[in-house]
Amino acid sequence: MYSIILATASRYLLLLLLMFSVFLLFRGHNEPGGGFVGGLVAAAAYALYFIANGIEAARTIVRFEPIMIIAAGLCTAVASTLPSLVVGKSFMTAVWVDTGIPFVGKVGTPLLFDLGVYFLVLGITLCIIFSLAEEDRL
Amino acid sequence: MSKIIMLPILFPVCAALIMIFFRRSVAMHRILNVAATASMLVVSLVILGSVRSEGILSLQVGGWEAPFGITLVADMLSSIMVVSAALIGFTTALYSLGTIDEEREHFFYYPLLQLLLMGINGAFLTGDIFNLYVWFEVMLISSFVLLVLGGRPQQLEGAIKYVTLNLLSSSVFLAAAGILYGTAGTLNMADLAMRIPLLDHRELLSVVAVLFLITFGVKAAIFPLFFWLPASYHTPPVAVSAIFAGLLTKVGVYAIMRFFTTIFTHDGVSFIHQVLLVLSAFTMVVGVLGAVVQYDMRKLLSFHIISQIGYMIFALAVQSPLAIAGALFYIVHNIVAKTNLFYLSGLVHRLKGSWDLREIGGIYRFYPMLGLLFLVPALGLAGIPPLSGFWAKYVVIKAGIDSEHYLLVGVALGVSMLTLFSMMKIWNEGFWKNDPRGEGSVEDEGYLRTPTMKKAVTLVPIIMLGFLTVMFGLWFEPFFEFADRAAYELLDVYNYIDAVIGGRS
Amino acid sequence: MTFLLAVIVGALYAAGTYLVLRRSIVKVIFGLIFLGHAANLMIFTVGRLTKGVPAFVPEGAEILTEPFADPLPQALILTSIVIGFGVQAFALVLFKRAYLTLGTEDLDKMRSTDQLPEERL
Repeated sequence: MYSIILATASRYLLLLLLMFSVFLLFRGHNEPGGGFVGGLVAAAAYALYFIANGIEAARTIVRFEPIMIIAAGLCTAVASTLPSLVVGKSFMTAVWVDTGIPFVGKVGTPLLFDLGVYFLVLGITLCIIFSLAEEDRL
Repeated sequence: MSKIIMLPILFPVCAALIMIFFRRSVAMHRILNVAATASMLVVSLVILGSVRSEGILSLQVGGWEAPFGITLVADMLSSIMVVSAALIGFTTALYSLGTIDEEREHFFYYPLLQLLLMGINGAFLTGDIFNLYVWFEVMLISSFVLLVLGGRPQQLEGAIKYVTLNLLSSSVFLAAAGILYGTAGTLNMADLAMRIPLLDHRELLSVVAVLFLITFGVKAAIFPLFFWLPASYHTPPVAVSAIFAGLLTKVGVYAIMRFFTTIFTHDGVSFIHQVLLVLSAFTMVVGVLGAVVQYDMRKLLSFHIISQIGYMIFALAVQSPLAIAGALFYIVHNIVAKTNLFYLSGLVHRLKGSWDLREIGGIYRFYPMLGLLFLVPALGLAGIPPLSGFWAKYVVIKAGIDSEHYLLVGVALGVSMLTLFSMMKIWNEGFWKNDPRGEGSVEDEGYLRTPTMKKAVTLVPIIMLGFLTVMFGLWFEPFFEFADRAAYELLDVYNYIDAVIGGRS
Repeated sequence: MTFLLAVIVGALYAAGTYLVLRRSIVKVIFGLIFLGHAANLMIFTVGRLTKGVPAFVPEGAEILTEPFADPLPQALILTSIVIGFGVQAFALVLFKRAYLTLGTEDLDKMRSTDQLPEERL
């Protein structure tokens, strides 16, 4: 069922929701939020777009294959464990950069890890949404 | 030095990531898969060596000290299990080269295999109960996907049973971990081993112990909880069945071993050992009776997994040092022999085009060497003297007699006869009798046409594991020394506590 | 509050168990989800409820002052929610796929992997 109101709204909502998801991602260190919720909100944004405009449109707007997003997320998360080894601390110890960046706040490997989780969750959720949607046509 | 124990977890995840990024190149997947598992085997052997010379290794992940952070611990038991996992990973990597079709390879078969191994290694190495839950889930998710990869109706049907029961057991695990945390205030295994004997809530702890027994009972497929296993293990490609058969149930047995020798040792849960004794008898008998009536090779072997788990549980229930050592030796012997039998059943299917023993025959006539290769693990599993199974059963039964569990020893011996009978059934039907579809009707032309390389990579793992079965039997003592050491370490909990909480690294 | 949560946990377990025992795979998966939630809530409850006192060391002090809310059960629940989400989503896809391939959602009709070959005929 195609609804022109939803289709128009979803285009703007997509951007808003994605921005909100990034906001959630960055505020996650000391306040409610974080990679998991951020990733879910981002996935929800694409899910809304898919509901309004169909699976093909959603696929084009995501651009990357979900599996590659998963891989990128995992890769970021694994990479975040490595700086601790370079610094010479125990494996997976959090390493922080001294100076903060405006808006983002403190920067360190936990943020990198959260970023990895964000993409991982986004990728997995998209993967599931797409595979559920595809089979409807069988 | 102790940093090395994170490598068995890091290698597979890195390999899987690289494979996903270069998803188009299946050739690269194949090479990387073999390389990663081979290096994992080397690393795990190094770990075993250093645990032997230096004692228990522990690593505090993230620099958080022991009872608060996540600890990775490699004691003798863990490192022996990691070596076995790496060995089976390596042989399966080789075997997959020759048997997995290209469609599955494109659908991330190899990365999934690596993730499965990561979960298994994590479960063996962790020293924290919640972390164990996480590794179980990693292992389960990759095994779910491996099970349904290809998506034939039978696979989906088997997967539903497998997924449902395993999810159920995971939720029981979670509940048990929650209650345990509520009563003991910690989930670190060493810390628990220290605190539990001092706690007051005995009744609650008994409940927790039983909940854990149910969880791991499902994973290990012990008596009333095994139904998912024969319903699903025969549905995926044989390389997947083989790695499942070799490793997954043993992770459950490992967890039972760890929990009921390290953590729950106080008097309040001694009834668990009685329960385990009874369950082990039923597991042995029901498993082997299930196997005896089957004509489908893979189903027959699947039921055998259950029956063999019974022996391990029996030895665990006896709890003497000799019995624990015997259980561990049994696990390793069983991992090697069972995986090998699955590999062989795949080869037989390749040659004859059927899993049904009644429809095939005459393999010995055309491939006498293959017959020999089959007899090694088959007789090994049944427990015929110079092979590994003889010693495994001998030690377990000796421990049973020493502790005067005569009835169970009788059951174990009877079950061994039936094991031999069902192995001979495969031999008679598949190898010895003439092919019912007529003389010389070797429809193995397909096999003959497969390139020599492919044939070689399917045979090498079989020969490797067969060789090990013989080695375990002929040079029993040096191998058993490792198991013996592990048993002493397990029963002397203070060593473990000291390595985790005492020594900070 | 603890009592209320205990009742909810009990109700979730009861509902989950009932649903898991149904024949329809849709109900089975709902049952599994309920059981997962029940376990999460139970961890939350047995971790002791402490309202409004986060586990921060007060200024000037060296260690935490009692009472404080234990953060660990919450971390455990968060992890298990994430894992549960992934696993349940996978199960959903699997069950749907199975329904489309096998043409039935009745578990009693999915017996081919449990039978001996001759029974199947």
